Amino acid sequence: MSQITLTVNGVPHTRDVEDRTLLVQFLREHLGLTGTHVGCDTTQCGACTVILDGRAVKSCTILAAAADGGTVTTIEGLADGDRLHDVQIAFREHHGLQCGFCTPGMIMTAVDMIRRHDGELDEATVRHELEGNLCRCTGYHNIVKAVLAAAEKHRARRRAPSALPQG
Amino acid sequence: MYQTTYHRPKTIAEAVSLYSSLEEPAYLSGGHTLLPAMKGRLAAPANLIDLRASPELSGIEVRPDGVVIGAATPHAVVAASAEIKAAIPALAGLAGSIADVQVRHVGTIGGSVANNDPAADYPAAVLGLAGTVHTDRRSIPADEYFTDLYSTALEPGEIVVRIEFPVPESAGYAKFRNPASRYALAAAFVARHRDGSIRVAVTGAGSSGVFRWAEAESALQARFEPAAVEALLPDPGGLMSDMHASAEYRAHLVRAMTKRAVACMGGVDIS
Repeated sequence: MSQITLTVNGVPHTRDVEDRTLLVQFLREHLGLTGTHVGCDTTQCGACTVILDGRAVKSCTILAAAADGGTVTTIEGLADGDRLHDVQIAFREHHGLQCGFCTPGMIMTAVDMIRRHDGELDEATVRHELEGNLCRCTGYHNIVKAVLAAAEKHRARRRAPSALPQG
Repeated sequence: MYQTTYHRPKTIAEAVSLYSSLEEPAYLSGGHTLLPAMKGRLAAPANLIDLRASPELSGIEVRPDGVVIGAATPHAVVAASAEIKAAIPALAGLAGSIADVQVRHVGTIGGSVANNDPAADYPAAVLGLAGTVHTDRRSIPADEYFTDLYSTALEPGEIVVRIEFPVPESAGYAKFRNPASRYALAAAFVARHRDGSIRVAVTGAGSSGVFRWAEAESALQARFEPAAVEALLPDPGGLMSDMHASAEYRAHLVRAMTKRAVACMGGVDIS
């Protein structure tokens, strides 16, 4: 057992965990944050994607103990109260989901992607960067549209920070 | 996953000492090979020794004649390094072609080179660029380092600390990926070195892991253009055959990827 502390969605949590605990288990089973999904459990599907210390990672393949001291953002940490995050709004507006299972991972990947590229994304780049996220409903077209729309909003916000309301 | 105990030493010396004193130890870096193996109960180390907190394993140094990359450097950092892109663009491109974004944020060059998966990308760059694997106890030239599938010259407990790549005249990397796993079915790293030598390193295809294709090197030495290898084929007897591709098909892919690498010197061609 190890005692670990992770700051998740802005809140520090200290827990005693078995060393074999995966980060996704820590989030779901210890903190009750079940928005992060376990799909394939083999580092392929991306449903477990969260942002750890500023980078999108697959939380099914990281030990919670190795993330000790780190900062995590999950899908539950994106919205500001009732006000959804731009990427969440874009997925809703563009029907970027069908069954919704892959959606939390898709959105976290998109948030990371838009930040790294500062919103400068085209369709080919979005498709390439979504390689680590699988959608069984084959809903990729609208997912790509949603990411591009959120990236566009990011660019607009960058140009005129006060012109667009947050969320 | 079976029970394990996690250790996070702050130095290489501490890591080596833990390795020699603990029962059934294993080193952990990015963990993107070891943890899936542990989840599948194909590996069950009683003690995991995470190397990433050792400062000796981090950092990138680019000199006029060489690039040195700390073993704990994630693929995404190599891919995004402006200095590496300028010195050896094919190396940065290769790193950016490994798996997917999330995996590249965590997987490390040292882990890849220590594991020596027969379909991994980095071994092709290390061998093609005539790199050197610096460990906690010695320096191993690439030609002596890769010994067989998942096998290297590393001794038990030996730690890859950094990888050194001479800057070549130019280099190119071409990969044909399995569309599902994205691992290389065959990939070729071609380098023209400053001493005039040519090296062709092939990954994904060899039944003993990464290898140099000597016939292609000779042909390209005589005439450096894609057509120079047109009449050559590696012996399928030395290539892998599995549900994804027969040895004969891989032989053709090796030739095709070698031609593409020669055609994309200074970059990568990933399909």
